[in-house]
Amino acid sequence: MTVMEQRGAYRPTPPPAWQPRTDPAPLLPDTEPYRVLGTKAADRADTELLRTLYARLVRGRRYNAQATALTKQGRLAVYPSSAGQEACEVAAALVLQEQDWLFPSYRDTLAVVSRGVDPVEALTLLRGDWHTGYDPYEHRVAPLSTPLATQLPHAVGLAHAARLKGDDVVALAMVGDGGTSEGDFHEALNFAAVWRAPVVFLVQNNGFAISVPLDKQTAAPSLAHKAVGYGMPGRLVDGNDAAAVHEVLSEAVRHAREGGGPTLVEAVTYRVEAHTNADDATRYRGDAEVETWRRHDPVELLERELTERGLLDEDGIRAAREDAETMAADLRARMNQDPQLDPLDLFAHVYAEPTPQLREQQAQLRAELEAEAEAEAQAQAPADSASAPQGGHR
Amino acid sequence: MTTVAAKPATMAQALTRALRDAMAADPAVHVLGEDVGTLGGVFRITDGLAAEFGDDRCTDTPLAEAGILGTAVGMAMYGLRPVVEMQFDAFAYPAFEQVVSHVTKMRNRTRGTMPLPLTIRVPYGGGIGGVEHHSDSSEAYYMATPGLHVVTPATVADAYGLLRASIASDDPVVFLEPKRLYWSKDTWNPEEPASVEPVGRAVVRRFGRSATLITYGPSLAVCMEAAEAARAEGWDLEVVDLRSLVPFDDETVCASVRRTGRAVVVHESGSFGGPGGEIAARVTERCFHHLEAPVLRVAGFDIPYPPPMLERHHLPGVDRILDAVGRLQWEAES
Repeated sequence: MTVMEQRGAYRPTPPPAWQPRTDPAPLLPDTEPYRVLGTKAADRADTELLRTLYARLVRGRRYNAQATALTKQGRLAVYPSSAGQEACEVAAALVLQEQDWLFPSYRDTLAVVSRGVDPVEALTLLRGDWHTGYDPYEHRVAPLSTPLATQLPHAVGLAHAARLKGDDVVALAMVGDGGTSEGDFHEALNFAAVWRAPVVFLVQNNGFAISVPLDKQTAAPSLAHKAVGYGMPGRLVDGNDAAAVHEVLSEAVRHAREGGGPTLVEAVTYRVEAHTNADDATRYRGDAEVETWRRHDPVELLERELTERGLLDEDGIRAAREDAETMAADLRARMNQDPQLDPLDLFAHVYAEPTPQLREQQAQLRAELEAEAEAEAQAQAPADSASAPQGGHR
Repeated sequence: MTTVAAKPATMAQALTRALRDAMAADPAVHVLGEDVGTLGGVFRITDGLAAEFGDDRCTDTPLAEAGILGTAVGMAMYGLRPVVEMQFDAFAYPAFEQVVSHVTKMRNRTRGTMPLPLTIRVPYGGGIGGVEHHSDSSEAYYMATPGLHVVTPATVADAYGLLRASIASDDPVVFLEPKRLYWSKDTWNPEEPASVEPVGRAVVRRFGRSATLITYGPSLAVCMEAAEAARAEGWDLEVVDLRSLVPFDDETVCASVRRTGRAVVVHESGSFGGPGGEIAARVTERCFHHLEAPVLRVAGFDIPYPPPMLERHHLPGVDRILDAVGRLQWEAES
């Protein structure tokens, strides 16, 4: 049989018809970040909401300044400021209902505070007297996550568990532009989409992962476009426009609550301060760029909108600032008190019950502390009694 | 009360039964992992669970170990009691960051307000002729991470009892299943699985007077065989099955070594930086004046796990154990 004859005898079976599994078009983000302030959309914005957002932004700005000042006074070990990103921080907390959950990253203490957590407890991690200073169940705020994007799968699991129980709970998880490169970002979005979990992923694209600009982080058209690959909608919003961020996040939360599954929101913003007080931003960016963003400031944008529309006057601005000063003074006063530390607590929460080995180590530390206290007491004793040694080799 | 006679059962059957009973007893128990649903897992440990409890209780996840464990953390935060299956020891590494950064630390960093009661089941160890990345002994990584319990059964009854106890524990547990023992049989009464073993207690499997073999999981059977063979040499070996590497049962181990005066630690894991170093140090610190010889280790070599046609040279066997026993300075006694 010749080759040609063989070919003639072969009758290929066509493969099963291929269809796209999801229509990608409705998932695509807008071509430009969505804006409300200074546009026609502002006319239909809820004025009470705008006033609330403004008051929160002014407080948030003052909070960032106060926390940064506390690092200079040695009261905080470190502070990653969200100055310039207050619109995202404040809106993320405001769009949630009481039973919902917030999953913050380390730069999001302002969102945590905006959710109702005591600022002293929110800053415990950064003061360094413990890791998480608040009870996560009290305000339904997960611990601040330092390893990037690792909190995102937690948000998915929690929201999934709540849905399995039939509870009305949405989880909003926060991550930065750098965090979108992490594997956990990918896995969390994939799981959320497959499970249709009620989760909103808020990416604050603030331009830098410490020093590395977005161009070195991704080749995607936008971070919001990444949503399409998972089969969830991506939304692009001006992250300095508090009204726009609030609207987009509210829609995403509603979508999740109604069983529509997750949404990825990219808020385009800018980290006007350095990564932390320990960073030197002049090594990787110029003043001109920072200045451009300072002129697109979230507090000023909203203030201008409100004053131009006669919704805010000098008295209103002064009242907002005084309220922020009161918050800052209270925070300052309370952070200036030394925290009460019990070193023996180190062993208290490693396991439900300490292992025998931890009990031994705790006893060792207790003995060290007692010896220290004894040595201190001897050192402080009057000189004449010091001539009579009480034993011991210290 | 009616009793059913004990009959041979495999460790795999006991594990399946433990999962089933735990799920029936507590609706918060959820099983998730790769292929655990319809297929019943590649080792069939979750066989029948999805059919009995539904896909929401026994869930086939996307193929992503960090995602599986990360979402399980979130489920535990919400009050569920997830049991995660890692398909193989060496496939669990993508989840390692979740283990060390969150699973082990959540209770501590939240001052006890957010415990994570979850169980991570990991089939581990060699001896089944697996090609590369299917036979790792990963216990040392987990042991070195505070906040975890590390448990491993060596018998069919313990497979049931320890898995039930691990799932019931309010602490996260890495439950290491010796995969070469999955099909080992033992007489076990599934109608009377009352022995929900406490986590953290070792057990003496064989009493003897000459020396103590300290072992766990896949190496127990080898040690029992070695102890039988040692009788011909005139040695009466005691065998301690640790059952739990964390917490570590110093009491049972040291009581045995004080009786016998000699000890050999046996495991598949490599010796450098492996569990044996920690165990030998603990025994030496506590039993120095009772020891007639240095504590020796019989372990896998410090090499990447070998290909299946060579693995028998790597795994501790009876002869290597007896050689070590022979080096326990017996001449000092004569």
